[in-house]
Amino acid sequence: MSVKHGLLALLQRGPMYGYQLRVAFDSATGGTWPLNIGQVYTTLSRLERDDLVAALPENEGQRPYEITTQGRDELKKWFATPVQRGDRPRDEVAIKLALAITTPGVDVAKVVMTQRTATMRTLQEYTRLKTQPGDLPWLLVLDAMIFQAEAELRWLDHCETSLVRYEPKAVPATTDVEVPR
Amino acid sequence: MTVLELRDVHRVHGTGETAVNALDGISLTVEPGELVAVMGPSGSGKSTLLNLCGGLDSPTSGLVLVDGTSLRSLSRKQLAAWRRKRIGYVFQDLNLIASLTAAENVALPLDLDGVRRSRQQAEKALSEVDLDGYADRFPDEMSGGQQQRVAIARALIGERRLVLADEPTGALDSRTGETVLRLLRSKVDAGAAAVLVTHDARHAAWADRVVFLRDGVVVDVSSRDQPEELLSTP
Repeated sequence: MSVKHGLLALLQRGPMYGYQLRVAFDSATGGTWPLNIGQVYTTLSRLERDDLVAALPENEGQRPYEITTQGRDELKKWFATPVQRGDRPRDEVAIKLALAITTPGVDVAKVVMTQRTATMRTLQEYTRLKTQPGDLPWLLVLDAMIFQAEAELRWLDHCETSLVRYEPKAVPATTDVEVPR
Repeated sequence: MTVLELRDVHRVHGTGETAVNALDGISLTVEPGELVAVMGPSGSGKSTLLNLCGGLDSPTSGLVLVDGTSLRSLSRKQLAAWRRKRIGYVFQDLNLIASLTAAENVALPLDLDGVRRSRQQAEKALSEVDLDGYADRFPDEMSGGQQQRVAIARALIGERRLVLADEPTGALDSRTGETVLRLLRSKVDAGAAAVLVTHDARHAAWADRVVFLRDGVVVDVSSRDQPEELLSTP
């Protein structure tokens, strides 16, 4: 997802100025994607340049923006297009573990356990937030993060089981790597 | 006062060459207002641990104390009475008695102890789990989620300060399971202590501490004593 499409979706509700957009963005994403006001105005400038939004006359020192017909078409296209797995950031945990297995001197089980403890703590924190009142969009974003954390924990359990059976091929040792706790 | 304490608990099943260390030196405390989840693969000792906590099994060595009293020091009769009064159980398969109504199921532990006005207490306990008006229904007249709430009401009635739950959401759909966990959490927040055995990380995440068991040994503990401020509610 780009900030561009996020702002277009918010402007579909009606005209808004920069600060209102930032607050609405924070509210819609539950603070999971902090956006500074500079990013909002930079994005608005690009959207205006591409005729996806139009600036309205100033009102009490604030300049509201509205979505254009082209902007609505772009938004419609975005909602209709699935997000591809390849478009998402690479999974650092998976890459770290793959490297840990092939790096001499690394206690891979400890890497797994350290990650599992951290991910479990994150899951506990997300779950604590579920006990607080929130509207549906926020709760669904929170659920998404809960399910992702749960999936990572299940995968870490799977890694742990696989490691028990793993017989490493001989890799020439160069130097030992100490894993911090 | 610490509600549950395990001191260097060992439990060996079998003897000689076939002996299996189900639990191998477990120490654990659970305080009032604390929910501890126990996770681990099959055969890691989770259920053995819960059975020891509830006095359904005895350790080979080590001590299990509930409210400061060693379960080993009690006779079988005393232990049975102790369990009825102090410990509540919630099992995956509910263990509700089909021929008794919801209120009768909930009141049963009190009735066995000759407690008066058990019916009123049972109705109050059912009300606390949002089952007003269900007192006279039989288990087969209720949904799985409602039956599980009856089981929780039964586990929490009376003066019980310790709740032991073994996969209490296993037979329930995701949303009903969450309702049950919210209920358990709110009871713990009100001052009870609880141990929840589960294989589901999302359920364990309702706990204050998550203990990971492997081959009868605690291999890891995840605590939210110092919660990270990962997110803020909008």
